[in-house]
Amino acid sequence: MNWTLALPEILLAVSGLVILLSCVIPKQDTAYAGSMAVIGALLGAAVLVMMQDEGTAFSGQYIADPFGRFMKLLCLAGAAATLLLAIDFNEREKLARFEFPLLALFATTGMMVMISANDLMAVYIGLELLSLPLYVIAAFNRDNGRSAEAGLKYFVLGALASGLLLYGTSLVYGFAGSTNFDKLALAFAPGQPVSAGVVVGLVFVIAGLAFKASAVPFHMWTPDVYEGAPTPVTAFFAAAPKVAAIALIVRVLTGPFADLSDQWQQVLLLVSAASMLLGSFAAIGQRNIKRLMAYSSIGHVGYALMGLAVDTDVGVRGVLVYMAIYLIMNVGTFAVLVSMRRQGKAVELIDDLAGLGKTHPGTAMWMAIFMFSMAGVPPLAGFFGKLYVFLAAMQAGYLWLALIGVGTSVIGGYYYLRVIKVMYFDSTEEPLDAPTPGVGLVMAGSGLFNVLFILWPAPLIGAAQLAVAALVG
Amino acid sequence: MNPGFPLLSLLTFLPLVGAAIILSVRGEEKVVAQNARWTALWTSLIVFLLSLALWFGFDKSSADFQFTEEVDWLPDFGIGYHMGVDGLSVLFVLLSTALTPLCILASWESIGTRVREYMISFLVLETMMVGMFCALDLVLFYVFFEGVLIPMFLIIGVWGGPRRVYAAMKFFLYTLAGSVLMLLAILWLWYNAGTTDIPELFAYEVPRAVQTWLFFAFLASFAVKVPMWPVHTWLPDAHVEAPTAGSVILAGVLLKMGAYGFLRFSLPLLPFASAEYAPLIFTLSVVAVIYTSLVALAQQDMKKLIAYSSVAHMGIVTLGIFTFTPQGLSGAIFTMLAHGVVSGALFLCVGVVYDRVHSREIARYGGVAKVMPGYAVLFMLFTMASVGLPGTANFVGEFLVIIAAWKVNPWVAAGGASGMILGACYMLYLYRRVIFGKLEKPDLKVLLDLSPREYVVFAPLVVLTIWMGIYPSSFLSFFEASVAALLARHEAALNVAKLAGM
Repeated sequence: MNWTLALPEILLAVSGLVILLSCVIPKQDTAYAGSMAVIGALLGAAVLVMMQDEGTAFSGQYIADPFGRFMKLLCLAGAAATLLLAIDFNEREKLARFEFPLLALFATTGMMVMISANDLMAVYIGLELLSLPLYVIAAFNRDNGRSAEAGLKYFVLGALASGLLLYGTSLVYGFAGSTNFDKLALAFAPGQPVSAGVVVGLVFVIAGLAFKASAVPFHMWTPDVYEGAPTPVTAFFAAAPKVAAIALIVRVLTGPFADLSDQWQQVLLLVSAASMLLGSFAAIGQRNIKRLMAYSSIGHVGYALMGLAVDTDVGVRGVLVYMAIYLIMNVGTFAVLVSMRRQGKAVELIDDLAGLGKTHPGTAMWMAIFMFSMAGVPPLAGFFGKLYVFLAAMQAGYLWLALIGVGTSVIGGYYYLRVIKVMYFDSTEEPLDAPTPGVGLVMAGSGLFNVLFILWPAPLIGAAQLAVAALVG
Repeated sequence: MNPGFPLLSLLTFLPLVGAAIILSVRGEEKVVAQNARWTALWTSLIVFLLSLALWFGFDKSSADFQFTEEVDWLPDFGIGYHMGVDGLSVLFVLLSTALTPLCILASWESIGTRVREYMISFLVLETMMVGMFCALDLVLFYVFFEGVLIPMFLIIGVWGGPRRVYAAMKFFLYTLAGSVLMLLAILWLWYNAGTTDIPELFAYEVPRAVQTWLFFAFLASFAVKVPMWPVHTWLPDAHVEAPTAGSVILAGVLLKMGAYGFLRFSLPLLPFASAEYAPLIFTLSVVAVIYTSLVALAQQDMKKLIAYSSVAHMGIVTLGIFTFTPQGLSGAIFTMLAHGVVSGALFLCVGVVYDRVHSREIARYGGVAKVMPGYAVLFMLFTMASVGLPGTANFVGEFLVIIAAWKVNPWVAAGGASGMILGACYMLYLYRRVIFGKLEKPDLKVLLDLSPREYVVFAPLVVLTIWMGIYPSSFLSFFEASVAALLARHEAALNVAKLAGM
């Protein structure tokens, strides 16, 4: 029994319990200490992930490989950065309670389990461990009607998605006789007859996972939850869980179901194209910037899934590179959104950004960089993310998908530009407050990555290459 | 210049250093503004002086790429950082580096708000322009080609006129929509040829069936940028709303990117499609020349008039390129350079009176010659140059293009030549309404003639205009070898196919 492989997850779970106990007992406010402890635990887990050996554990339920390492590091970094953003915001909004970082910690543990899952059972456990804390923190601002609504909506729809996933899992188990990925891969090896039950089960599994990644047509919860939840929670939702969900989709489809690609490829092509189209068109009319980011994230998932849909190694590498760049752009953007407050009160309309170019040139510059990057304008990092998935699509002969991709990125260009327009071309009477140093640090770090990625792209692409090699063998 | 010295990279990225210095300046707004102006001016002047090394060090007898630099960038993908210039591009690099300091000088007083950001935008813009003309890798080229949009979008949108938001958005989205199709073409070339290195790609033969598709993908991007009729509509808006210096760069350099793209990619990489669709380009070009000239005649706004005249002149350029003759290509390149100087100067002329009266409406003016004689003389010179008077810059290029077009098809030549006649109509009509006539409006009577700073801005443009008109061969000699090599390769590609009986 090689349980040491799962040390990162074990560390997170144990430190979660320890932090919980030590925060409950003292009488005074422990929110700040709790946040710091959680960030520390996340960093510790990241170190362990980097030192992790490769192999499987827990009777094949758990796998540690370079792909998992790549994705886990992304998730941990995303979670830590968004927690850093939350500290100050929660304090000002009187939301500072130690439960918030703890729930985020447990959700992160769930993500790690998902990424390392090598069995449909482990997938389900990880997914639920991720989802339950997310339902709670969506409604974390419990006195606010919108936040409560967001939590409830997410819970009801999320439960439905979990049900779909479970139903799909049971169908696959019933027809293939196992839930273990390695055994499933053998059962579906080329030459074996594919029963309709497996295909139906596979579609249900994809539906359940697509819900977590908020891909069309399972995206309906995204705008409402993003808008209703407190901004740091939205930042958390948009970053780490999305990466984990995409990682899981990649692992499931290129692992046990790799030889069934005839069956799932059309589904993914459709999901990818529909996500890109909806993400770009529906965002045009939005006035709330969090809603805008929700649609934008739907669109980005569409681009990322394009790489998987074309079913090539280059494509999967494109997915990984895309998700890494997406995560960093997104954290930076939300750093700006978190710092949007006027006379101490949080605001979240696009028009509230008016005149930012004059009042806070630094913040406005970073935000402009993030928006141009999300729109995919070179020389910023976002362009390279798109470049790799488009290349994969062209290479695999899916010109129509690449055409939809470039078309929607022009439409997307419009609404990202609108944000820049509001910041630089409009003027305002009431300036926003200055961002706090911690938030400014996250902004600058993420912004510099976006600007400088062009100079030294090799490490990220090399790491992604390594991860893909491990995945497809 | 010793070999191995990264001159082109220095030219490309030195402006960014200047921008970083400006960005780091803190203090009172006035001081920062003044600092930004001087830093930007010095940076651009140093870049210009360095770029003179290209003028003196360039080997005119060779059609090869010179001053090349090569560094691995993304070895897994076969993408390298590859820079170099040949005869087709070297003068455009010089044009970019020469116009930038003039633009900064021209914005010295007219830009009063957010000077720091303005100067940073201009320096970033210079980096992108120079980089684009030097790039010898398709992906690198695309990065610079698109990167130009960011600073230009901000320049139009922040410091522009009343409808600046509309103009900036239109400019950005039009150009982006065109260039993403080019991106797909680049991706196709990338994975089929296995490289994005431009000199290596010249050796790759694109299958004939695909050439048409790639040609139209490139055309979508370049036609918007040139701009060719009927996708020119973003240009008048962008020109009218942009600040003076923005218009100068737009007309002087950005419009040349599209035509340069035809020369660099469409002709050498896609010889069949280029030959096959030349009639289409001729038609669009002739329509552009005649139609936009007529539209220019009806304009009430000075900048709009000159913007439409730019479309007409660029029509001559595309006409020349697709004649596939040495005269046509040389004429086209020469017209591009001349147009860069002359229309840039014309926009500066409009800027001079706009700074004083704050109106671009032609009817607001009249009789300006009486109070601004020096200005009237300069405006006269550039008007004549724009019309194509012999002895000025535009004449040489347009004349060569018309000769080349005559060889291909007299009707096309007649269409192109009619543009020169119409050009005389609208430019002289503009000049008469602004400069001559009775000086009646009270606020015009107190106008001051050009300031020493404005003379400094105009002086190099005057010299260039006359130099190019009187002794064109000092410019033509730069690209003769490259044009000949390009055409030889084009002929060879077509002949091989003929021999193979296709």
